[in-house]
Amino acid sequence: MSFRGVDYYATDELLTDEERLIRDTFRRFVDDELMPIVAGHFRAGTFPRELPARLGELGALGASLQGYGCAGLGPVAYGLIMQELERCDSGFRSFASVQGSLVMYPIHSYGTEEQKQRWLPAMAAGRAIGCFGLTEPDFGSNPSGMRTTATRTNTGWVLNGEKRWITSGGLADVAVVWARTSEGEIRGFLVERGTKGFATHDIEGKFSLRASVTSELIFEDCHLPESAILPGSGGLKSPLSCLNQARYGISWGAVGAAMACYEEALSYTKERVQFRRPIAGYQLVQAKLVGMLEDITNSQLLAWRLGRLKEAGRARPQQVSLAKRHNVRVALEAARTARDLLGANGVTDEYQAGRHMCNLESVFTYEGTDHIHTLILGQDITGINAFE
Amino acid sequence: MKILVTLKRVPDPEQKVKFKGDAIDFTGVNWVPNQFDEYAVEAALRLTENASAGGAGGAVRDGEVVVVSIGPKEVAQQLRAALAMGADRAILIDGDDGALDAEMVARTLVKLVEQEKPDLLLMGKLAADSENNQVGQLAAGYLHWPQATFAATIQAAEDGKALDVGREVDSGVEIKRVTLPAVVTVDLRIIAPQAIKNGKTAPDHAYPEGPRYASLKGIMAAKKKPITETALATLGIAPSLRVKTTAVTAPPARKAGVKVASVEELVAKLHNEAKVL
Repeated sequence: MSFRGVDYYATDELLTDEERLIRDTFRRFVDDELMPIVAGHFRAGTFPRELPARLGELGALGASLQGYGCAGLGPVAYGLIMQELERCDSGFRSFASVQGSLVMYPIHSYGTEEQKQRWLPAMAAGRAIGCFGLTEPDFGSNPSGMRTTATRTNTGWVLNGEKRWITSGGLADVAVVWARTSEGEIRGFLVERGTKGFATHDIEGKFSLRASVTSELIFEDCHLPESAILPGSGGLKSPLSCLNQARYGISWGAVGAAMACYEEALSYTKERVQFRRPIAGYQLVQAKLVGMLEDITNSQLLAWRLGRLKEAGRARPQQVSLAKRHNVRVALEAARTARDLLGANGVTDEYQAGRHMCNLESVFTYEGTDHIHTLILGQDITGINAFE
Repeated sequence: MKILVTLKRVPDPEQKVKFKGDAIDFTGVNWVPNQFDEYAVEAALRLTENASAGGAGGAVRDGEVVVVSIGPKEVAQQLRAALAMGADRAILIDGDDGALDAEMVARTLVKLVEQEKPDLLLMGKLAADSENNQVGQLAAGYLHWPQATFAATIQAAEDGKALDVGREVDSGVEIKRVTLPAVVTVDLRIIAPQAIKNGKTAPDHAYPEGPRYASLKGIMAAKKKPITETALATLGIAPSLRVKTTAVTAPPARKAGVKVASVEELVAKLHNEAKVL
């Protein structure tokens, strides 16, 4: 039976007809085309190479951007797409987040017309793949300490340094790389695959996001033309504005993962009979199911309200932090609970819960760790910076 | 070719039916497009495009698809979905589903056919809620048009003036040639990858199984497509019913079974009580 959604508070009524139609399109696409292949890819540790083109055909890549072959959707419709993708797998949603929010968005916001024409239509169609290089081996939560440098030459720039934990790095035709100039300012650069001095290595042995590629990017005297710089970028606020877009999408994506886990746990516990009754008939199990439902309902309302604020241009980054922090944390808890309720079956890939549980460990950590979002919010409400 | 396609909304067949007294309780019902009508929309789109010509940009439209529904204003949502799939425009006839029967729906469609003058009236074989399977046949009768029901395949004749409709019957597959204009109702196999050959799309073209997805581009384009609203009275349809629903009851709950202690007891029960031995 196809997925019907978890909607205890009639949140469907908060959506426009168009938003529902978009959600239903992606719900069906995920059920028909992604659900049958996800466990195999996760087990093999492979990314489905046909996914970018399929998402491009449907219009999901960079869907919230205007022009250049992008759909120009509102934030709630965009969020619902992320929800449905992550209902299948956080790795698939990560691919779409990186492509749209972390690569197409900065090119759209900070790029030249030539850069936009070159990359945005191809990326929207899924013909070109992008990655976003901010995090370094020694600088994760504190990107301002980055060591990657961009030195001016007569003809352009030379990059030196290393980026790590880069989603889609090994697949990417173009990398948006953030580096420090001699003046100490952080600027964004477009580095194309095949540029001399630029190499990628995929990270092996992941427990998590196995259906997505995670890589390191190495820059050794990598010469770039002047046209490689994103002229509109300047300072750490540029990459952070990208992350703000992506974190917004994650707050919706986490709802999807949590819904998948809840649905699976609910149907399993209603079927699984122990001591002559379905285990869903026991108080301990019911308490867990109700807790999951409560968390999902909270998350849906948070994501929806944040989307409407964003639509009105009123969403503050701190509000995005709250939704990312809350929704990912409860989704991870839901996945762990679902895995628990599924008993031994929960540890095999015949069921989804274990995969979501492993994936969400990454989602908990990336795009601002749970700790960092806590400190952002702590600073916002107390006025006291607890980072240093 | 111009095609008029019917699209009815029905309660989600996968949802449990609730009763309030001796009537079905529609509160909280999730309304979905009738599956066979969705197939008819897909079939209409396949008949009016060249899917081999558009390259990566998708199929090239060649013809017109008008989708019509009779129902409350909320049916606009299902019509919008059909427009997002690629239909050109839609007509919403304001009407209460409870105050209609198959004959009245057929009369309404006839009126609309007279106004729209399509080459083909294409419909699902039945609606999943009432399961009447009457409207297409009645409409064809009133129009004096040829009809082919339960279409599993449709192939356009070379001169474009007829359709060869394949029907799966007990003894095999029957091909009926209907000259246009005609009424065709579709069965579920019409959405198979190669069920429709329109003489424009390459004959070996294989569609993905099932009705197409509404792409975001299609959904955004659908916002600009017109939905014309009209009413039964405006069309001059007299509200008279040939069929009246006199009672609706829920199926009786299944009785609990009994456990038998031995084979002898089972055989005795089958013989004496069930009387099957």
